[in-house]
Amino acid sequence: MAKIKKIVKTIKIDADKCNGCRTCEVICAAYHSQPKYSSVNPAASRIRIITHRLDDIWLPVFAGEYSPSECMGRDKYVIDGKEYGECTFCRATCPSRDMFKDPDSGLPLKCDMCEGEDGPLCVEWCLNDVLIYEEREEEVEASIEMEEMDAGLAAMIDKYGVDKVTTAFARMAQNK
Amino acid sequence: MRYAETGYNLEIDLTRGNIERVETDPQLLETHLGGLGTSVKLHYDRVPPETKAFDPENLLIYSSGLLCGTPAFSANRTIVSFISPQTDLLAYPMMGGFWASELKYAGYDKVVIRGKSPKLIYIWIHNDKVELRDATHLKGKGAVETQELIRKELKNPYVQISAIGLAGENRCFTASIEQSRSSSSRGGGGAVMGDKNIKAIAVRGTKAIHLARGAEFMEHMKEIRKYIDFRNANPLPGLMPILSGIGSPQMMKHVDEKWHTESFAWGNARVRRKDFWTKEIEKNWEKSQTGAIKRFISCFNCPQQCGALIAHKDVPRYMMKCFSKLTYAMAAFVDDLDFSWEICQRAFEYGMDSFSTPQILAFGFELYEAGILTDADFKGCPTDKEGRFFWLLDRIARREGIGDVLADGTYWAARRIGNGAEAFDHNTTKKHEQMNIKLGMFDPLYYLMYATNEKVSITQIEGNWPQAAFPKKEHREAFVKDWPQLPDEKFKKYFLDWEPRGENANPHYPTPEIASQIVDWMEMLHNIDDALGLCAGMGSFCLKPPYHIHNYPKLISSATGMDVDNDGLKKIVNRSRNLHRALNNMRGLRRAEELPPEDHWKHRFPELEEALMMHYYQFKGWTEDGIPTRERLKDLDLGYVADDLINRGILNDGQDQKNSENHQDRC
Repeated sequence: MAKIKKIVKTIKIDADKCNGCRTCEVICAAYHSQPKYSSVNPAASRIRIITHRLDDIWLPVFAGEYSPSECMGRDKYVIDGKEYGECTFCRATCPSRDMFKDPDSGLPLKCDMCEGEDGPLCVEWCLNDVLIYEEREEEVEASIEMEEMDAGLAAMIDKYGVDKVTTAFARMAQNK
Repeated sequence: MRYAETGYNLEIDLTRGNIERVETDPQLLETHLGGLGTSVKLHYDRVPPETKAFDPENLLIYSSGLLCGTPAFSANRTIVSFISPQTDLLAYPMMGGFWASELKYAGYDKVVIRGKSPKLIYIWIHNDKVELRDATHLKGKGAVETQELIRKELKNPYVQISAIGLAGENRCFTASIEQSRSSSSRGGGGAVMGDKNIKAIAVRGTKAIHLARGAEFMEHMKEIRKYIDFRNANPLPGLMPILSGIGSPQMMKHVDEKWHTESFAWGNARVRRKDFWTKEIEKNWEKSQTGAIKRFISCFNCPQQCGALIAHKDVPRYMMKCFSKLTYAMAAFVDDLDFSWEICQRAFEYGMDSFSTPQILAFGFELYEAGILTDADFKGCPTDKEGRFFWLLDRIARREGIGDVLADGTYWAARRIGNGAEAFDHNTTKKHEQMNIKLGMFDPLYYLMYATNEKVSITQIEGNWPQAAFPKKEHREAFVKDWPQLPDEKFKKYFLDWEPRGENANPHYPTPEIASQIVDWMEMLHNIDDALGLCAGMGSFCLKPPYHIHNYPKLISSATGMDVDNDGLKKIVNRSRNLHRALNNMRGLRRAEELPPEDHWKHRFPELEEALMMHYYQFKGWTEDGIPTRERLKDLDLGYVADDLINRGILNDGQDQKNSENHQDRC
């Protein structure tokens, strides 16, 4: 398969510098409110600071993919004498916890790197340089990115089968 | 729709076990803003002046500020207000941390508590669900420990908890309320909480705070953020490190404590050690401090790092607050900083104020050394400086033996002990321990601040005006060149003219008129911060701060949709300040109590002091007894307060007309 060049967006997290202020949560929630900056609710933020103060754990975690099922097994990490809970580093929105779900609708949230801005706002508003935005170019195997319409059609085919969708499409095209 | 505020208070009657979510009057935003402003109004309306601290009628109000929970940096203050057992006046100690914003996200601006619970409880607020939960299993637990235990019990790491320790349960007059890396300490809020049988208040909120014009608000915040970046990169030149930055005093970051240890007084606020800071001390303290601090930490939505996680030897971990680093060591005359990390852990678990308590301990040992207290009072007490402080701290928190007497604070303990003990109570004003400072030359600004402010303690009354004149004219000129925070250009001239020595120096300069203007301005800034819930370290309590009179109105207007300008804002906070003053007047506050500690300065000027006070009162529109005049109150739409004062015989109708004239320079 052909190789293509792709920009990979990364946020490097220097958790040792995090002072637990949660400004990143505030700005994320405010930016993603509708209309933009009309409200603030850190529980709807796409970044969360996992905090266990006396254990010296302040860990920013970004919302990742939605997963309909939780993991079969759970792990615990001990790093530098600190014990991290089983899901601490995980970015998934899953049934095992209430993190990264909209508190009103329950729908999953996902970090979109503040698409359309110069960069993620949590990075811009973290004054202690905990979050550092990096872009790098990578060669990846060419794959066809599903556009929004393709994704919708794929979901329809999943649900009704390819024959029914094709028939419906042909009928609608004739009527146009 | 309510903006910036939630528009709801949580009203809890502990005696009846009743909990209500009550919509607040939107008009109060326009008249009293929020935070301290609206809390004072509640106390005035609901608590009769005859009420004492431990009466069930005493309200304990936990309030957020108007901007808490918004993207405004450092808007994280919880303002706790109550009639103080120590001063018998309305106290309002504040704490940073994470509690106030969480309360807003749960959907409340304040928790208003009355009555007393029949048994020890903790309050659990989770959005619309509010419970009074049994806390008998937490009895006697430490204030820091309790927060962790409740978090585990509720199986929710995001819960924010304010808790008291043993000192609060035992109603020690200097008991604090501890929360995360902060505490609400001055005036005995922990004792009132303990008296009401509340061990803790836990809160978790997942609702939104709305902004009226959010995009505009963020544009203002971008400007403020730019300035924060600038100040963090460029400390003010020519000043000692502690005064050169923004945020609370950076005592976790700075090791250099030459200024505090040599300028402030040791023991029972008596002795200055002007040659303390040697190379050897500096080396030892640096080693101790860098070894003890595990991480610098901040409060909610604040870029500064004023606190620290302490991991010192085998001492259980806790979080340190700025000046606590020095108060116990200096009061005990201990030169080893390790002692601070050790005794603060115990004091924070007991939940005790780090300003008052060390002075009370030192006062106790002075009485012992003077023979007023005896061996019988100190039976079993170790003889070493460190050990005896721990021993007496334990006695006070447990109210055992002499500790039971000292637990009422220096003023009340001195009167209970008698036998000449009163003379050793030399550093209190309005029955409250003041900063451990003893200086030479009388200072008119600090005289007014010590004597008159409703906060009673000098801490955080001061701020925007430099503490002393700069020696060189060039330095003064450079300082005023870039000073956009000033409310008026005339202050630049005052500062340029102010010299360390000569005619234009203390005690006669600043003149009573100029001193009144400067103090009035600084008080106003604190009242704004306290209404908005902003950390004073980013506004009223530091030199050239990010927040000031020219950007507060923009933030308030865009956050709330209520357009307010500088004059409108000044009027609102003046209304709150005068209401607070009238409330305290009704509780007995008069001119006679408005004095700094007698020995605060070596050189005193009784006639000048009298003139200064009279000028200040006149400037404020108050009578010669420090009571707002009818006209002043009417100007502030507080005619009903004037009627109350007149009906109670505190104010005579038509009294002191000359003090009522509208003062053009008043903020």
